[in-house]
Amino acid sequence: MTEALQAVAAQAADKLGASITAVTLSRGELTLEIKREDIAKVCRVLRDDPVFGFEQLIDVCGVDYSTYGTESDDGARAGSRFAAIYHLLSIKHNRRLRLRAYLDDEMPRIDSVYEIWASANWFEREAFDLFGIIFEGHPDLRRILTDYGFIGHPFRKDFPLIGHVEMRYDESKRRVVYQPVTIEPRVQVPRVVRDEGFARD
Amino acid sequence: MTEIRNYTMNFGPQHPAAHGVLRLVMELDGEVIQRIDPHIGLLHRATEKLAESKPYNQSIGYMDRLDYVSMMCNEHAYVRAIERLAGIEAPIRAQYIRTMFDEITRVLNHLLWLGTHALDIGAMTVFLYCFREREDLFDCYEAVSGARMHATYYRPGGVYRDLPDSMPKYQPSKWHDQKDVARLNSNREGSLLDFIWDFTERFPGYVDEYETLLTDNRIWKQRTVGIGVVSPERALALGFTGAMLRGSGVEWDLRKKQPYAMYDRVDFDIPVGLNGDCYDRYLVRIEEMRQSNRIIRQCVEWLRRNAGPVMVDNRKIAPPRREEMKADMESLIHHFKLFTEGYCLPAGEVYAAVEAPKGEFGIYMVSDGANKPYRVKIRAPGFAHLSSLDEMCRGHMIADLVAVIGTQDIVFGEVDR
Repeated sequence: MTEALQAVAAQAADKLGASITAVTLSRGELTLEIKREDIAKVCRVLRDDPVFGFEQLIDVCGVDYSTYGTESDDGARAGSRFAAIYHLLSIKHNRRLRLRAYLDDEMPRIDSVYEIWASANWFEREAFDLFGIIFEGHPDLRRILTDYGFIGHPFRKDFPLIGHVEMRYDESKRRVVYQPVTIEPRVQVPRVVRDEGFARD
Repeated sequence: MTEIRNYTMNFGPQHPAAHGVLRLVMELDGEVIQRIDPHIGLLHRATEKLAESKPYNQSIGYMDRLDYVSMMCNEHAYVRAIERLAGIEAPIRAQYIRTMFDEITRVLNHLLWLGTHALDIGAMTVFLYCFREREDLFDCYEAVSGARMHATYYRPGGVYRDLPDSMPKYQPSKWHDQKDVARLNSNREGSLLDFIWDFTERFPGYVDEYETLLTDNRIWKQRTVGIGVVSPERALALGFTGAMLRGSGVEWDLRKKQPYAMYDRVDFDIPVGLNGDCYDRYLVRIEEMRQSNRIIRQCVEWLRRNAGPVMVDNRKIAPPRREEMKADMESLIHHFKLFTEGYCLPAGEVYAAVEAPKGEFGIYMVSDGANKPYRVKIRAPGFAHLSSLDEMCRGHMIADLVAVIGTQDIVFGEVDR
């Protein structure tokens, strides 16, 4: 499996070298880091070139790296805050590939791959809804999972787990109303990072 | 000449044929669907964000509640992601138990799918038959985990405990006298494996019963043949997996192509459809139930012959036994650490997928080295399938929409997450 992925990495470096900023092969999975501007071009080659043959887009998701590693000894990680992650699957070659594109902090945006794989439609809507990533060229970029009229992007790390508003039935108005949350945020188990050898000896 | 305009109509979210909370805004020309805009998210619980705020093990229970008719398969994907990040492997007996319960889960899921799909299209009896068999399988869930649905039975490094040697039995009550109870308990005298074996003896006959009712039924065929046809190329582009992809004639099954657990040691076939319509997908799933039965029987045979541990012997991941804790200080500390803080996984990212009954169920997990995941993304098969509803239904009648929703095997726990 790993040799096959190394071959894919070599071919990708050969054909798409200018667009790839990093290649990682770990735990039997290949990750290519792609320049944001080139995502549509790269994806088209990955689908259409028979040596890659990634017919399926399995998943698109956003990641907010803003608090990544803040508990570790090295401290928080430098670099872009948002990334869009694509998981591709080649049925012909029985291989998987992960693409990652780092986005701008202020206005995270990237080209849509809807024209390449139709399955990107809802996955991109979801990443837009939850992380506020703008997929340029998407035909219908609306919220999908959150409520009508929802404010904010709930999966960003600065969005509290309890949310900002809660819903209740108002007896006098005889309808459901929103109000600021009345519960307190609480952490039962704090987040800690232990090094590998912790409590080994 | 009067002007004819399309209707815009609302369907759901509280409609029995919507399989949960699906709201559709449909544009209709008479009874013909021109466009569908599904509104989802009414069951959104932010499982992924909740998982980020809890130690790894505490989210296993959330996985049951995603696709709440194929509980253990979801757990399997999640624990596999953890195991791959930690670099551990479950003992072989645990792997066989997982394989067996994955297939029991597949039968459970397909039975629910068949019952509700047939009910939507107008066949009542199949529903009652399917739920009769589901009871036996829920008893298996109950025997290993204590819960009939949300088991939380798989753990990183194995399964929670070994298979029990006895089955829970019915007691006499004012509704069941001694004779009734003896009849009900007749296949519960032995171990869980004996009970499952007895089920697999009976089950092919039950599948024949369903097929007698449906496969050559004229009304059933009129409602499903040629409805919701998807070509193999479109099925790939739309991100279909599982029975939806195989119904369109693409030979792809993760259990065969990227085997996990013990799927490379058991013998089974993957059925493939020809036309990509609702009827072919029905045939594929019916055959999958028969194949699952085969796999369960092979697992039961292996599990009867081979004893062994069902959990890794690694105190950093798996809790110590209760008896050890009473006498050994080290075990007590391990237990305390595991249940207060959990375990830390090395930094990195992993995507673990299993062939869930509905398709590829994947967990993408990012760890920054802490005791909680940094990001969990759940790749639910139903999400991709439902996004194609518009394309599959265009030009069909409203009544066919119900058949298409049924054939997609939609469960909102996983679509909305």
